[in-house]
Amino acid sequence: MMNRRHFMTHMAQAAAMSAPAAHMLAQGLSAGAADIKKGNKAVILLYMGAGPATIDIWDLKPGQPTGGEFKPISTTGDMQISEHMPLMAKQMHNAAIIRSMSTSEADHNRGRSYMHTGFKPDPNIEYPGYGAVMAHEFAEQSKYRGLEIPPVVSIGGPSAGPGFLSMAYSPFVVDFSGRVRNLDMTLSADRLAQRMQMLGKLESSFASQGRGEMAADHYKVLQNTANLLTSKQMDAFKIDSEPESVKKLYGIGEQPAGQPGMGMRVNSQFNQACLMARRLVQTGVPYVEIELGGWDDHQNVFTNLKNRLPVLDRGMASLIQDLDQQGMLKDTTVVWMGDFGRTPRINANTGRDHWARSWSTVVAGGGLKGGIAVGKTNVDGTAVDTTPYSSEHLMASVLKGLGVSLNTTYTTKNNRPKKIANGAAPIAELFA
Amino acid sequence: MSRFISSWQQLLTRACVVSGVVCFSFVLSSVRVSAAEASNDSKGTDLKSTGGSASKGGDDIVSFINKKIKEGWEANQLRPSAKATDAEWCRRAYLDLIGRIPTIAELDQFLKDNPAKRKENLIDRLLGEVPKNGAINDRYLEEYAGNWATIYTNLLIGRPVGNQNQIEHSREGMEQYLRRSFLENKPYDQLVQEIVSAEGASTPGMEGYNGATNFYIKHITRADPDKAEPTSRTAKNFLGVQVQCTQCHNHPFNDWKQDQFWSFNAFFRQTRKEGNRRGGNNGMQPEFELSNQNYTQNVSDPRNAELYYELRNGTQAVAYPKFVDGTKINASGYVNEVNRRSELAKLIVKSDLFGKAIVNRLWAHFLGYGFTKPVDDMGPHNPASHPELHDRLGAEFMAQGNDLKKLMKWIMLSEAYSLSSKMTPNNKKDDPSMGVKPAFSHFYMRSIEAEQLYESIETVRTQKKGQDIDWAKALQERNNVLSQFTLTFGNDEGGETTTFNGTIPQALMLFNGNLTKAAINTDDPTAILGAMLQKGAKPSEIIENLFLATYGRKPTSAEVGQLGSLIRVADPKIAYSDLLWSLINSNEFLFVY
Repeated sequence: MMNRRHFMTHMAQAAAMSAPAAHMLAQGLSAGAADIKKGNKAVILLYMGAGPATIDIWDLKPGQPTGGEFKPISTTGDMQISEHMPLMAKQMHNAAIIRSMSTSEADHNRGRSYMHTGFKPDPNIEYPGYGAVMAHEFAEQSKYRGLEIPPVVSIGGPSAGPGFLSMAYSPFVVDFSGRVRNLDMTLSADRLAQRMQMLGKLESSFASQGRGEMAADHYKVLQNTANLLTSKQMDAFKIDSEPESVKKLYGIGEQPAGQPGMGMRVNSQFNQACLMARRLVQTGVPYVEIELGGWDDHQNVFTNLKNRLPVLDRGMASLIQDLDQQGMLKDTTVVWMGDFGRTPRINANTGRDHWARSWSTVVAGGGLKGGIAVGKTNVDGTAVDTTPYSSEHLMASVLKGLGVSLNTTYTTKNNRPKKIANGAAPIAELFA
Repeated sequence: MSRFISSWQQLLTRACVVSGVVCFSFVLSSVRVSAAEASNDSKGTDLKSTGGSASKGGDDIVSFINKKIKEGWEANQLRPSAKATDAEWCRRAYLDLIGRIPTIAELDQFLKDNPAKRKENLIDRLLGEVPKNGAINDRYLEEYAGNWATIYTNLLIGRPVGNQNQIEHSREGMEQYLRRSFLENKPYDQLVQEIVSAEGASTPGMEGYNGATNFYIKHITRADPDKAEPTSRTAKNFLGVQVQCTQCHNHPFNDWKQDQFWSFNAFFRQTRKEGNRRGGNNGMQPEFELSNQNYTQNVSDPRNAELYYELRNGTQAVAYPKFVDGTKINASGYVNEVNRRSELAKLIVKSDLFGKAIVNRLWAHFLGYGFTKPVDDMGPHNPASHPELHDRLGAEFMAQGNDLKKLMKWIMLSEAYSLSSKMTPNNKKDDPSMGVKPAFSHFYMRSIEAEQLYESIETVRTQKKGQDIDWAKALQERNNVLSQFTLTFGNDEGGETTTFNGTIPQALMLFNGNLTKAAINTDDPTAILGAMLQKGAKPSEIIENLFLATYGRKPTSAEVGQLGSLIRVADPKIAYSDLLWSLINSNEFLFVY
């Protein structure tokens, strides 16, 4: 947290409108500071809103009553996955499946919050999500790279808030097309500067009245907004300038293999969002989240997945391959997760319901070992047979892989120390 | 039998009602405050439903609130902040009651009123006169009703989202029903009964249209054939208890608590939602109907119609309709013998939880935090900050006619609502955002809501009360602007969130959006600046009015000095519109304090 005096100094500087946003973002100590001159460390979270049936994607149980309709296929890694993920099958040497997730939160809102923060929801403490943690830990990196656009970008979904970290780490939400509303600058830079100067004076007067931190924090958002209006880095949201070969890799402009079913919210622009995420990371953004929702398959799970998995497969596999080809995968962690898994038992509507006890997540790159399946579920997938891992273990692994010290401790607004990723140990197998 | 497996899985994995701490169990042990006992001699001294002057009973309640809040300060060694200025209080009152800031003229009218009476007079003015007969001729009443219709629509069916293609409820229907109810100050118990027992068609223009049906039309989905979602929504919104708790994998199942959920759920087993998206201008408007039909299939005795659910150990259990306090009703599945939802509605509005739930919600609306956090998660696992006050207000509300306006007035006339949001060293620790229970020793500053901001910018621009245009059309325009900030979670429970407050997209809208552009236009004689310039107003007058229109105060001499030098160097038109732009984008405009 920036203290008030520090903030007021910036208020004065801000009036001149010359400094880029980076100095506003860079506060606190950066765990990865020593490495900032190497590749841009980043997380790309592929968030599967509502929670897909991982038993049909990453941890199949063929021949079991719980096994469903799909067949497993071999991959370039040491595991099999669903036949409806053929492109990912060719990338699994880069990826690890954690098949021993047991997360205990089977309500959408609670599961979403827990998976994003590593902490169980608590009405009295707002925990920061992956995005804010990454932005905070890599603030020095963002400064070094002169990042002018927000450090936390969420495409197609709300992501998670900054919790007790800075409001400046609120996710910048755009839709799948990357279109940002109200971005057209019809004003001259001089005119904007004059407005920001007046605004700075007005803000500082109210912020100094002792009405709480929110009043002072507000100016950081304004400052980031003003910078974004004039930044060339906004081009990162425009995938059109990518070479044809890259567009072809992602299948931009092609018909998706699956067709969205009735009532489903599949977005065939997922592949575009994946490409946008790579461009954003290249620009220096430390955290991008893409939400692909609509996996609440209480009924007709197999029909739905047959339509939807090709969309996921194309985007996810292209992203990992592209990052690999560009030499970015070692510094970029791709994380795949949902709110929770789905019941091994298939219900009367050929659906699967909410299930947090035994399910899978996937990671690729970012210093984590690929080509493996971590942990095991039992014969019909109803329980984890090995050491169970939860949200905080996954988060600790992702952060450790990027060089963040797991001894990092935050102070909440009520002065309670909270260790990063709730002080959990990372998943050892990912570092073997 | 497979449908019972489905039920079991729903329970195990989604409703999670049996997890130990939360759930219904506490209802049985909750202290029942008898309304008659608690209301002293105020019974019978019915306040005018217009929200007229406070009666003796009302004064007693306000004194009781002040006493209990003060006890909390003393217990926590807090000293309250000074009073907010009357102008600050006025801004709060406008935002909280009618959803926008006051115009310059309205603020002036308030400040010229008798200081001893002005607050109460303003509350009465904004609550509006309910017409005895005939046409509504009170702009404030319309604004009040429109504001609360919006608040309740957002509560019951969520904020409007951008993509309307798959929506099955009619937002217009819900909002219209609520608006009419708030116009006539319909007693809150009647309102809730009408919603819980609603039958009819969703959308205005359909035969048998009943806008109140849209609450369940929204929450009954094909993905949830057992109606777990409407069950938990009903409990949360009207009884203030969370039953969809999720720690089922941490705690062993407790059968009788599970029974409580399914007994409550049994009230919804006659409920049927049918329809499609069709008709309308584009052939795609929702046309759904909510009805009650005999619940007789797959039951052993239609006159004692059970539902089955599965316990975690695999055995099956049955449940019959039974309210949270244990009250049973005739379990016939035939609608002509028992209308289960209608019975549920009657039980809900008699429960002491009913009064406490609405008191908690409204207290939080005005004061930023309720007695519990969140407001709709009451129970022994989550003790109230002021339990005696909470209980008594709930009981008084129900005893005195379930009159929302009366409750609003009690809260607004309390000392807590009058305090400044400026903290002092003696109450800085009273900060619920840091996880402590609220003591209300100062006003908790909060972000302005999206709808309030929209309406407030329009108020700055036009300086007119109540926009003199078609209500439905104005609402549609507002929804179009604001829906871009609402994101769905992509699950079948239809949850959504707003990304409005304090974010860059919000700032971009305020920097560059049409709403701001229209407000700062210097050439439009219907906009504040255009009008003043046309009149040939002096620079000092213009600056003063811009501050009054946005902040509800005059500029300080320091501000005049700083801004004056900026303004002198530029083209005056440009300078004024830049100043107004800055005021609209600043923290003092964007917070409620």
